[in-house]
Amino acid sequence: MPPTGTSGRSVGAVPAYLDHASTTPLHPAARAALLVALDEGWADPARLYREGRRARMLLDAARESVATVLGARPDEISFTSSGTTAAGAALLGTATARRRAGRVVMVSAVEHSSVLHAAAVHEGAGGQVVQVGVDGHGRVDPAAFTPVPGTAVASLQHANHEVGTLQPVAEVARRLHEAGVPLHTDAAVTVGHVPVDVRALGVDLLTASAHKFGGPPGVGLLVVRTGTRWRSPGPTDEREGGRVAGFPAVPAIVATAAALEARTSELAAEGPRLAGLVAELRRRLPALVDGVELLGDPDPTGSVRHICAFSCLYVAGEALLDGLDRAGIAVSSGSSCTSDALTPSHVLVAMGALTHGNLRISFGRDSTQADVDALLDVLPGVVREVRARFGAADLDHTP
Amino acid sequence: MVDARGRRCPLPIIDLARAIVTVTPGATVTLWADDPAAGPDVAAWCRLRAQELVSSRTLPSGGDEFVIRRRT
Repeated sequence: MPPTGTSGRSVGAVPAYLDHASTTPLHPAARAALLVALDEGWADPARLYREGRRARMLLDAARESVATVLGARPDEISFTSSGTTAAGAALLGTATARRRAGRVVMVSAVEHSSVLHAAAVHEGAGGQVVQVGVDGHGRVDPAAFTPVPGTAVASLQHANHEVGTLQPVAEVARRLHEAGVPLHTDAAVTVGHVPVDVRALGVDLLTASAHKFGGPPGVGLLVVRTGTRWRSPGPTDEREGGRVAGFPAVPAIVATAAALEARTSELAAEGPRLAGLVAELRRRLPALVDGVELLGDPDPTGSVRHICAFSCLYVAGEALLDGLDRAGIAVSSGSSCTSDALTPSHVLVAMGALTHGNLRISFGRDSTQADVDALLDVLPGVVREVRARFGAADLDHTP
Repeated sequence: MVDARGRRCPLPIIDLARAIVTVTPGATVTLWADDPAAGPDVAAWCRLRAQELVSSRTLPSGGDEFVIRRRT
């Protein structure tokens, strides 16, 4: 058995796991809660016998805990099977309920695929989708989010999943509300990573994903604020306030609440620590690798604190991933050669960023200075080697 | 004139970088490419290298044509 870290992940297998924005290991508090809840919360929470009541109590406590962290009411919280499912339900459920207000759904051009796929379903059903562009940092201009006539609902992410840029959600919510249009925010990048409060944001719907903040896979959060017009786009039953059909994963939901609570209590210390790792990467990269374009907002207050993205001239993202993987460093890329469809990331395209040679480094709870050092030790050599292989070694790489 | 059709990114951009230094400042290079990343990457490369993307159009025979003027 290789040694395991505090998170329980195998530290020996991956010297530097730097893809925490894709998913992050289970938080120790979530693991402990999950094990207890598997024994205590296995029964049907809708049943009235003792075991059912016990599962119900665990589920209610988890809902209350999540509501407290997010500044919501417990009856505004529903648990889905993933963040993607939650985002789809949020957007399509509001578009369905507000059909008489109009058939337009507004989304930013840099939303996660879950939101864009939901918008595509709306369009396929005869609706209209209006995309709002972004600037070079990947941020929307709130003025551009002024609703067009017939807008049923709008969706703007809290922060971007590829470059970390925070969006002006509160200001966009204000503008939309002046026209009576509700706003959904996909907060999968921010919940558990920066303070998130639905009332402060002023949003009507918020969604997130447990496995991105140290909860288990298979749980999404759907917040529908009281008074928001929403109707399930699919069949429903009596579960989750009539918003999410099917038997709830009580043990995983209990673990989700434990992860969120623990992560929230760690934020004051963890936020600045991870921001320090990102700042160091952004400072040292241009000196170590020629032809690097740092992406996202250079002002750290305009970004989440755990994501650092950049592109390197004249290298294929896939070759970079491969070279780093051979050195035991796990990161992700938005370059076309790394996607199944061989198309570049829509986020990078919308920002006007270089799409080839792209990497996203994302830190988590067990990331350390040693991870940054491991990456920066290996990356310059990998870039040089890939450029030589592509016949670009002699080109001037200075951007 | 560089025909980089059939070549995957970043190869068309490497071809462009190689071709631009063969023309005098003020003159243009015409690049043909059909990789889906070529459009955004030609524009981003021009921005990063302070070159000028003069025009682009879809080719009837497939792919896109980009005309880039050497500035420096």
